[in-house]
Amino acid sequence: MRAADAYITGIGQSEVGVRLQRSPLLLTVDAIKEALTEAGLAIAQIDGVSTYPGRSAAYLGFSPIGADELIDALGIRARWHLGSLEMSSQLGAVAAAAMAVRTGQARHVVCYRTVYEAAAMSRPEEYPPLRRDRVDGYSQWLTPFNAFSAANWTAQYAMRHVKRYGLTREQLAQIALTDRVNALLNPRALVREPLTMEQYLCARMISTPLCLYDCDRYTDASTVLIVSAGSAIDEVQCVPIRIAAMAGTVERHSWDQAEWMACYATGADLWKSTDYKPSDVDTVQLYDGFSFQAIAWLEALGFCAVGEGGRYVEGGRRIALDGELPLNTFGGQLGAGRLHGFGFAHEAVVQLRGLGGKRQIAGDPKIAPAAGRSRPPCCSRGIDAGAAEPDRSQERARTRPQWHHGDRLGCAGTAARASPASPVSESDPFHVTRDHA
Amino acid sequence: MSAPRVLPRLDSENRFFWTSGAEGHLRLLRCQECLTFIHPPRPVCRHCLSDKVAPEIVAGTGTIDTYTVNYQQWQPGLEVPYVIARVAIDGAPGVFLTTNIVGCAVEAVEIGDRVRVRFEQQGEIYLPLFEKIA
Repeated sequence: MRAADAYITGIGQSEVGVRLQRSPLLLTVDAIKEALTEAGLAIAQIDGVSTYPGRSAAYLGFSPIGADELIDALGIRARWHLGSLEMSSQLGAVAAAAMAVRTGQARHVVCYRTVYEAAAMSRPEEYPPLRRDRVDGYSQWLTPFNAFSAANWTAQYAMRHVKRYGLTREQLAQIALTDRVNALLNPRALVREPLTMEQYLCARMISTPLCLYDCDRYTDASTVLIVSAGSAIDEVQCVPIRIAAMAGTVERHSWDQAEWMACYATGADLWKSTDYKPSDVDTVQLYDGFSFQAIAWLEALGFCAVGEGGRYVEGGRRIALDGELPLNTFGGQLGAGRLHGFGFAHEAVVQLRGLGGKRQIAGDPKIAPAAGRSRPPCCSRGIDAGAAEPDRSQERARTRPQWHHGDRLGCAGTAARASPASPVSESDPFHVTRDHA
Repeated sequence: MSAPRVLPRLDSENRFFWTSGAEGHLRLLRCQECLTFIHPPRPVCRHCLSDKVAPEIVAGTGTIDTYTVNYQQWQPGLEVPYVIARVAIDGAPGVFLTTNIVGCAVEAVEIGDRVRVRFEQQGEIYLPLFEKIA
């Protein structure tokens, strides 16, 4: 154990569904209780809170529960807290917590992302949609041209890959198809029907080359990761996962002035802060709110050359659960739900602990990057990347250093669990309504 | 696109850009010290931090860097499909404008196409749309 390091200890997730009636605060509490139970911690031991993006007053469904409210509602004595939109990505909240524990400002930080967009759409009187007569900030350069959605913005980066590097729809489809296959093995996944290549190719276009199945769907859920100080690990019962590296590099905070999505600079920087390299990685959990983002991350992290992402995933074998680089083993956002970044980090921990059940990858995984949003941080920050590995020194003695598990690369992303009580159909809202990536 | 566009809120920094079409010109902010073009417009140069910045007329032509054909009807009345593109502006290295390519079929748009600005007036605002140069 390294006292100076930060570890992910308890993880938790609420029910995952659409149009849930349970309040977003209670969903958050459900996830926190699960994480506390796993870690063997009591709420009184929590002395830090970190969340992305904080309470989103103009559009409550996007983020209804801020750090201020959570602290007050749960009686947390917070020595350090943060709730902000202006960070590299959703997983920036985890990166910030890691810095807090490493600098002694807190010992155990609850990090969470609570989404309530599907419920909000069904209860607009309670959760009013974003209304704007005029746009300013970054939106003014996009919205007046009817480029309403991150689907449009991401599609332009994807189209460049189509034209410049020969990315095909069949290659892009492998992200959605892989996600669906894996989601079928995840009892908490939001989408529980298989998807065929034929269905994918026949789906209606949203914004070329992205079709309906390239877009995630609004989801109601809360996902929690507890970040603990290395010096406080003896208070924890579960296998701690060391955060081995983090990155979140931004060059242009803009969707249209950036030559490349921010994941490329971030991916390169991540490996500079660790001795691990891409060939050490056992599984990757990469943001795929729009499928192309996962392709970009594979390139950005150096698993293949820039422009080769399509050919890298072609046929789907390589990224399957039993392939050489299992991708989004919980179903990604396209399968597990739009948990918005935190799902990827949650799943990295699950896999590194060997607790994936039917979706657990073979062997003894040691390094698992998790990535949040990949695009230019614009309406939503940039990227974070991190690397995590498990520390089983308390569990069993090993002759080798005890770092197993995941490197997490963060950007954006979410994992979710689906409730059988809230089945999702193809008619449910995909993330193809306006605004918010 | 029959549905009304959502328009920008004008302020002291962006007004010149959104109203420049009244004179038929596309203007971009430029640092008067190091000559870097600055977009989005802000009162400081992102290259040399000088605050001596001023709008300058640029050619109004450019090249399609990338694009997408949007099919989703994001709001009632929105006519689809239409082309959203990112245009690299001639004479202003590093500046791209997100815009619509108008005046041709959506199938006729390609990366690398040469385009010219064509303003669409909405009150005092002139939106810089682009059309292909024949």
